[in-house]
Amino acid sequence: MEIVRKWVQTITALLVNGSWSFPFTRTIYQGPLKVVCSPGLNCYSCPAATTYCPIGSLQQLIAGIRIALENGQNFFGLYVIGTMGVLGGAFGRLICGWVCPFGLVQELLYKIPSRKFNIPQKLNYLKYGFLVFFVILLPLAVVDDFGYGELWFCKYVCPTGTLEAGLPMLILQPALGQTIGLVFFNKLTILTGFIIWAILASRPFCRTTCPLGAFYALFRKFKLVKLRLIEENCTRCEACHSICPMGVKFNEAPEDAECISCLKCMTEACKFDAISLEIAGLAVGTQGGTKIMSPKRNNGAA
Amino acid sequence: MAAKKETRPKRVRKAPFIIILVFLIMGIVGIMTGEGSRVLEQAVQVCLSCIGIG
Repeated sequence: MEIVRKWVQTITALLVNGSWSFPFTRTIYQGPLKVVCSPGLNCYSCPAATTYCPIGSLQQLIAGIRIALENGQNFFGLYVIGTMGVLGGAFGRLICGWVCPFGLVQELLYKIPSRKFNIPQKLNYLKYGFLVFFVILLPLAVVDDFGYGELWFCKYVCPTGTLEAGLPMLILQPALGQTIGLVFFNKLTILTGFIIWAILASRPFCRTTCPLGAFYALFRKFKLVKLRLIEENCTRCEACHSICPMGVKFNEAPEDAECISCLKCMTEACKFDAISLEIAGLAVGTQGGTKIMSPKRNNGAA
Repeated sequence: MAAKKETRPKRVRKAPFIIILVFLIMGIVGIMTGEGSRVLEQAVQVCLSCIGIG
């Protein structure tokens, strides 16, 4: 199953970054597919990007909301939020585990041999702060003289944008090098920090910073596709604890906000058929006990 | 603390469908107000300041 997941991750990363004419055009893809939402975090200023980034687009709409309203345009971000909500309601953070390109990058970095460290659970809450403040409130509240806000998360934090857009654009258009300053070096430092952290710990950006993951995590209880614990089969061996890349203790918190439904616990760790996949409450496959454990806690921590 | 056990008959959960429907309607309203075009307009431009350049 892990091989299947890696293939899905790779194919999706290539699909959402499927425009390879940029070495000749020296700019980004500008075709009609850019109206389609990338399910994972993927900067739309990446030269190869064929879709829009929901976090980037949402900030753009929120930052320009005053001007849009003044011009009689009722742009409240409904299209972007609606798309994100449909994806979240159907899959939740399964998207993080299966189709996010930056998730794949972090997983590959984690394969580099080194001493490995855990991530303190309290840091998991930070990503909700990034979603509320850097994606919504700051772009809405802090505006220039003309009424435009800034894209706080993209501009000051997002390492995906630096990796996929900032650095490639500097290579494609060397003249841009004259315009880089403190903001870019700040972002380069953040990217370097996350690269090093991803070698030492599993998926640090997803767990502590990603606002898209935070949004999808809101659907953990009500998403269509989810894992469930068959309590009567669980021996409390805790094999599901050590294998989880997100630090979830699945048999203690089956609806944990951090679960990315990578299925490692189900297919590689549990030998007792205590974990199954369900779609809208119906078990998929051969496993399908009737006694289901109620989650002991749903505090959003892994 | 021991986990609370309960027995549930297999039944289709309706909540995901309601949530998906609500967001789908939200998205359609967004398209009707022209937000799709606005998103496309923004996504085809390189926003240098957005990626920390310029």
